Amino acid sequence: MSDLLDFFADNTSLLLDKTLEHMGIAALAIVIALAIALPIGIVLGHQHRGSYVAINISNVLRALPSLALIAISLALFGLSAINVQVALVALAIPPILTNAYTAVDRVDADAVESARGMGMTELQVLRTVELPLSWPLIFAGIRTGAVYVIATAPLAAIAGGGGLGDIILNQPTYQLEGVIAATIVTVVLAFAVDGLLALVQRAVTPRGLVLPKEFHTIVPPVESDVPAAAAETTIAAR
Amino acid sequence: MIAVLATTLAQEGPVIPDFGRGDECIRSNGNFCLNWFLDNFADRYLPRVVEHIEMTLIAIAIGFVIAFAAALIAYRWEWFELPFANVSALFYTIPSIAFFQIMVPITGIGWLSIEIALVSYTLLILFRNTLTGLREVPADTREAAEGMGLTRRQTLLRVELPLATPAIIAGLRIATVTTISLATIAAFITPLGLGAPIFSAIQTGANTEFVGASILAIALALLADAGIVLLQRMTTPWARARRTT
Repeated sequence: MSDLLDFFADNTSLLLDKTLEHMGIAALAIVIALAIALPIGIVLGHQHRGSYVAINISNVLRALPSLALIAISLALFGLSAINVQVALVALAIPPILTNAYTAVDRVDADAVESARGMGMTELQVLRTVELPLSWPLIFAGIRTGAVYVIATAPLAAIAGGGGLGDIILNQPTYQLEGVIAATIVTVVLAFAVDGLLALVQRAVTPRGLVLPKEFHTIVPPVESDVPAAAAETTIAAR
Repeated sequence: MIAVLATTLAQEGPVIPDFGRGDECIRSNGNFCLNWFLDNFADRYLPRVVEHIEMTLIAIAIGFVIAFAAALIAYRWEWFELPFANVSALFYTIPSIAFFQIMVPITGIGWLSIEIALVSYTLLILFRNTLTGLREVPADTREAAEGMGLTRRQTLLRVELPLATPAIIAGLRIATVTTISLATIAAFITPLGLGAPIFSAIQTGANTEFVGASILAIALALLADAGIVLLQRMTTPWARARRTT
């Protein structure tokens, strides 16, 4: 135990450097995943079609083992930051895509109908009605994705990616204390980012939107292609 | 003349066994040499595939028993949900490659350490999905069961659990593919499963070896995923009937 504290004391700047690197890697992956998954999910949800596409993209990506993805892209691109990004983006897309699709798809049909009746264009309907009502569930997906990415990013070190994985994968140099210390930092980072996103989530939730009393830990929303059962518990925007 | 000389020299010189020139692809370390992969499949990969499947099945079986029991408890006594969900959520944030290493001084290098880590990662999803499935049984249905005179246990076994099956299997599906993925990382501590050739060959730089293992891991995950979808369809024929109407 005291060894562990010593490690923190002796290697503060190393841990800080690696943490910043880690955050950089994770942030890039989340941004890329958002850029890919959000538009697809929102547009398909708005049109109420393509659930098959959205769900199956998610299912396939979710099944892909991260280490296998890193290894294959290592063969293709050599040592580079791309390797780990491939794996992390694949990991982050499913929760973001599924939630974005489900959120927009299940916005109260009456609300959308009345917005159309008021003469709103499709874009206005999306922007002023569907999206505000969808943000809470969309953010739940982003939170899950972010946690996955932060917890998996240490694998980056296999392919020369940097971050806290440099310590976690190098037990011969840093001893078990180092591994545990870097792990603690990773866990704290995951919880911190999740908490931060939870605040954003609360801020973007329109007042008057009834959210389910169910609390959200770092829990992946129940995802299933079983109709009805899953998403309704995650949000009741009706 | 030269030919004769060559044969005599060959007969007099040492006997050099002919290993062949080797595959062109392998000599240039191509990304994926199918011939080499196929030649080595039975010896190098098949045992790894079997180990990988074993690792996954054990983890899912144990994880399911624990998570299922916990979900039943939380269904009956609500206060149990929060602590169990929180603890299992904590596991989720621990990088698996660290989890395996941290287990080593406690339970040693080997199956036990691997399985403890893998089981920990299955709990959250299985618990949440089982509990959600049970809670989503419509109140009317539950009341009808009660009205028919079913005891609490009968209601659970004959009404609630069957209706929760789709959600439970959906959880099983995610947990299985997640475990297959994490099981590759287990090889970081000891060469077991498909992660073993990946880690070792990344060190030596033998592309085909680790790409082949990666492809097998991906194939295994996708096959398991598809298999569970089939299981889901078979066990819950009513779900599909409802969807088509």
